[in-house]
Amino acid sequence: MGFFLETLFGGLMAGMLYSLVALGFVLIFKASGVFNFAQGAMVLFAALAMARFSEWIPIYLGIDNFVLMNLLAFVGAALVMFVVAWSVEFLVLRHLVNQEGTTLLMATLGITYFLDGVGQSIFGSDIYKIDVGMPKEPLMLFESTFDGGIMINQEDLVAAVIAAVLVALLSVFFQKTTTGRALRAVADDHQAAQSIGIPLNRIWVVVWCVAGVVALVAGMIWGSKLGVQFSLSTVALRALPVVILGGLTSVPGAIIGGLIIGVGEKLSEVFLGPYVGGGIEIWFAYVLALGFLLIRPQGLFGEKIIDRV
Amino acid sequence: MFYRENGQFKTSYQQDQQIFPITQDRVGVLLLVAFAFIGVPLLADEYMLRAILIPFLILALAALGVNVLVGYCGQISLGSGAFMAVGAYAAYNFFVRIEGMPLIPAILMGGVFATLVGMFFGIPSLRVKGLYLAVATLAAQFFCDWAFLRIKWFTNDSASGTASVADLQVFGFPIDTPFQKYMFCLSFLVVFGLLAKNLVRGAIGREWMAIRDMDVAAAVIGIRPMYAKLSAFAVSSFIVGVAGALWAFVYLGSWEPAAFSVERSFQLLFMVILGGMGSVMGSFFGAAFIIILPILINLFLPVLGAWLGVSVDTATTSHAEQIIFGALIVWFLIVEPHGLARLWSVGKQRLRLWPFPH
Repeated sequence: MGFFLETLFGGLMAGMLYSLVALGFVLIFKASGVFNFAQGAMVLFAALAMARFSEWIPIYLGIDNFVLMNLLAFVGAALVMFVVAWSVEFLVLRHLVNQEGTTLLMATLGITYFLDGVGQSIFGSDIYKIDVGMPKEPLMLFESTFDGGIMINQEDLVAAVIAAVLVALLSVFFQKTTTGRALRAVADDHQAAQSIGIPLNRIWVVVWCVAGVVALVAGMIWGSKLGVQFSLSTVALRALPVVILGGLTSVPGAIIGGLIIGVGEKLSEVFLGPYVGGGIEIWFAYVLALGFLLIRPQGLFGEKIIDRV
Repeated sequence: MFYRENGQFKTSYQQDQQIFPITQDRVGVLLLVAFAFIGVPLLADEYMLRAILIPFLILALAALGVNVLVGYCGQISLGSGAFMAVGAYAAYNFFVRIEGMPLIPAILMGGVFATLVGMFFGIPSLRVKGLYLAVATLAAQFFCDWAFLRIKWFTNDSASGTASVADLQVFGFPIDTPFQKYMFCLSFLVVFGLLAKNLVRGAIGREWMAIRDMDVAAAVIGIRPMYAKLSAFAVSSFIVGVAGALWAFVYLGSWEPAAFSVERSFQLLFMVILGGMGSVMGSFFGAAFIIILPILINLFLPVLGAWLGVSVDTATTSHAEQIIFGALIVWFLIVEPHGLARLWSVGKQRLRLWPFPH
């Protein structure tokens, strides 16, 4: 029982991290109808920027304070992501308005290659580390209830809390601010939003910026866990089943989808994996998502798809 | 002046329904095929055949298969790499396990198995559409990646997990030198190209296109979505599977599952979209573009670097290659979202009027 719960918690924590990446997908898809394959590349790019900035700042600016240094690096990386967001809108999306979904998808794949190349030529292609002072030692829980207790990674716990805070902030932003309301209007109906005077181009820049910051947070957490390296950009492929399971247009869907996928992956790997030779995590997530899709084709929380002729 | 159909009167239904109804087209295609069979082997050197033309032929075949599904039937698939892998490994098992199995039937059996797998993974398309389907087909990709890596039976229990074939021959002729390989692949491409061209202008092709354009409307006028979609998956994965078997047997010789990773699926989709969705010719253009582009970039970057006085090492080259590749794709999608095939048809239209303005 203790082992089962431990796996379950591990899955929930991993799930939160997947949701963070999935969130970026959902934000952009909601606002602009673009299925942004470059989200993984954005995570890598942001993490690389953050890692290198926190390395360069002590050298060039002489700031040794740990908190200040990381804060500056974070702000610097966020600014870099704003530049990326603006360039994507100005150079790519603006010219592809009204194209089909597939064309836009392909364009973001092109952006993926571009960002991977640019990121690695500017920031280098070795493995870097991000140290934001995450606690590393494991935590024991319920030692009195179960024999041996449950071991939980504190790092995961902190990451999950950060993710939860981010989601809360985002929902406040979406619900309470003027820009957030404009974003929701655009997500609902582009033409109607434009006709009441919401500037579409600016909204797209804003939403890509928000997605960039989400990518930065995801990159920071993943990076401090695993180190910043090229394989970070494949995290997008791990988050895709989350997005389609939760529904492409739903923020809560991304969170709950992430939790389901995280738990499903870990449980299947631990309890099913040994029978079939292990390593089933990746495809199991997809098959799980596919199973849900067969029952609800628009994902758990996606808007109902109505076909009209 | 020369490209006119004036005066070519069709006097029977048969004439009216030919694959290439315009005489100039017919002659042009015949000349092209003749050039591919006779001219190219005379002109191209060994490197050209091995590094450019053979991969081009095989991937053009695969892109043709993907185009049937994505371009004609409108079902986006990111699992083409997996269907190539199924074709390759099924053909491998037939070839190795059955004593005296001839090469061509083995490759075709690879296609048959790819068809079965493709139809199985095509079942969700009956319920899931668009981008959701695209992601769902990734399930096929990752499952196959895993299966061919972990299940030792598929690789004939080889210790390293690598599958390899040797001593390929057809009707007693060895398939060994680049020239023979080129001819072998070219024959497959020509046969399948004609078959595909024929299929898409027939009843079944029209059904696919109706489903692509508006599936609900198509169902209303009596097209069975299940039959149309699954047949598109079947035909597409058969062609892709055969291409996979060729890629493994003829081009690679010995291979690992990584040869058919998700990157390959993306590459094939790029070929189809850049080449032109819903066009047989477009698949060939797309394949040529995607294969030649990295080679050109690799060739010219060091030259450019030397010219500017910067030394270019391999890491920089590979990053620059990624940057240029990505930028070119985006640029191309902006300039011509309908692909190279569109340029081709615009060119033909112009040629029709030339040299007069109207």
